[in-house]
Amino acid sequence: MSQLRVLVGCKRVIDYAVKVRVKPDKTGVVKEGVKHSMNPFDEIALEEAVRLKEKQVASEVIAVSCGPQACQETLRTALAMGADRALHVEVSGSEYEGLLPLGVAKILAALVKKEEANLVVLGKQAIDDDCNQTGQMLAALLDWPQATFASAVSVEGEGLAVTREVDGGLENVRLSLPAVVTADLRLNEPRYATLPNIMKSKKKPLAQMTPGDLGVDINPSLTVLSVEDPPVREAGSKVEDVDQLIAKLKDSGVF
Amino acid sequence: MSSRRTPWATLNHELGETVDIVRETVRQFTAAEIAPRADEIDQSNEFPRDLWPRLGELGLMGITVSEEYGGAGLGYLAHTVVMEEVSRGSASVGLSYGAHSNLCVNQIFHNGNEEQKRRYLPPLVSGEHVGALAMSEPDAGSDVVSMQLRAEKRSDHYVLNGSKMWITNGPEADTLVVYAKTDPNAGSRGITAFLVERGFPGFEPSPKLDKLGMRGSSTSELVFEDCEVPEENVLGEEGRGVAVLMSGLDFERLVLTGGPLGIMQSCLDSVVPYVHQREQFGQPIGEFQLIQGKLADMYTALSACQSYTYAVARAADRSMISRKDAAGCLLFSAERATQMALQAIQVLGGNGYINEFPVGRLLRDAKLYEIGAGTSEIRRVLIGRELFRETA
Repeated sequence: MSQLRVLVGCKRVIDYAVKVRVKPDKTGVVKEGVKHSMNPFDEIALEEAVRLKEKQVASEVIAVSCGPQACQETLRTALAMGADRALHVEVSGSEYEGLLPLGVAKILAALVKKEEANLVVLGKQAIDDDCNQTGQMLAALLDWPQATFASAVSVEGEGLAVTREVDGGLENVRLSLPAVVTADLRLNEPRYATLPNIMKSKKKPLAQMTPGDLGVDINPSLTVLSVEDPPVREAGSKVEDVDQLIAKLKDSGVF
Repeated sequence: MSSRRTPWATLNHELGETVDIVRETVRQFTAAEIAPRADEIDQSNEFPRDLWPRLGELGLMGITVSEEYGGAGLGYLAHTVVMEEVSRGSASVGLSYGAHSNLCVNQIFHNGNEEQKRRYLPPLVSGEHVGALAMSEPDAGSDVVSMQLRAEKRSDHYVLNGSKMWITNGPEADTLVVYAKTDPNAGSRGITAFLVERGFPGFEPSPKLDKLGMRGSSTSELVFEDCEVPEENVLGEEGRGVAVLMSGLDFERLVLTGGPLGIMQSCLDSVVPYVHQREQFGQPIGEFQLIQGKLADMYTALSACQSYTYAVARAADRSMISRKDAAGCLLFSAERATQMALQAIQVLGGNGYINEFPVGRLLRDAKLYEIGAGTSEIRRVLIGRELFRETA
């Protein structure tokens, strides 16, 4: 089998440990001065791609991030974790606010063609918008097979064998290449970037471009009307015994 | 991916992308691999030897060493930040890490000859070996020149007799930088630095000391009885030991300042969630202004100490280390750390006084930095004297 050129999506998101706050004008969430890091599912996707390279199944791992200048730090982390080179598709300001999975999928599709990639590994979703759409849309745009929610990936003959985490169990599928795979939580445990590799990552190439350079239109097809906090949970009350509980439930109309 | 991280916004000190990524990687490792063991390490007083190869694998042990000896080729700012993050997880692991990576490894890297570096650095950088530096003696701490450990030249080797005291990593060390008197009548010019291996006949570390804090970072007396050290193990030149020692002291004080910074971070790591969880009079204690006042004092003390320390570290990376500021950032941060640990105990109240909560340990650990690597008193003398003399 010819060696794989793997494209990996590395989205910069608000760090998972940060308590997200809605902006007072309800147009979105507070991002300024807030710690960001690589989407955890993308870290897993990247780790899987790097392992394919270490097994000499893949010849090159290319990390991609779409967003503002700060995405380059996310890409530096990706290079330190083992990506060979990085592509930064710069999208900023209101354009970035309106960037949706379809726009990202179009950018990735254009990059797949430009870079002649034959495998794309993405996180199953990003932890900021929880869309879980980019991988599926990308597979549709490219007309490639897809295996989402992967918890195991191996090369079998000319294709891939993927175990998917589905409701109620595991589904084993085989797909031909080229293909799109999205990573679930249990696919692997990403490595730490070692200090020598962080230093080496400085010398790895990082190319910059815009969606326009790729001939991609990312005008959003959706408008966000408002973003609001989830309703505050009200405190419960204690009951003395089962009879009181049943009475309360009847009063509230549950029973 | 599992890690405890800073859930509140902090000042961006603009340390640069590389240092930010280094900090993040060490923070993740520490949160997953070191912090969960901190209490057990304190209670058992057992040095976590298994962590050494792991820290080596991550590239932390030879952080300031060039690539040809297996190092990462980073600077003192990065080293100080790593020291801070490791200490945030466990101050005692941080102390042993500092002694290994700076006092021993960095000294050999800067003062060793090619053969010594090829021989001693790779296993220290990988964490296969543990390193230490031995300067203090029962009757010679801050007063270096009064040291008694004698090294007598005999043909192609030296014979060491005497002892060293309070040596961090002493009981564990495979490679030690040892200062000894080669000429008792030559004062500061009669001291020589040696590289001593654990297996040298006549060298014996005593059992570890029972310390107030920093438990698990093993400290001991070292005894030399007719210990033969080959002449090729002189580090630097004979009689130039004080120069070797002094050249490293500023960097030692700077890098070790990461210790108190990490302890202060750790104080906030305990206090911030606690003031949300703990309720009195029907509300979280963080709603009370007296508690908010403590939070403000802690946050500003940490931020001020970080700013001073990072500024000194950046100067060091520009080869402009200043003696008074290296001593200054450690003096200031060490005292703030002890005070902050006391405040952390106060915020936790009754819980702060029992050992189920880590803040008591933080206090015991913090106190070390007012004593080790030169006491606060010596640091003050040094800074004041320097300021007075340079304006004379």
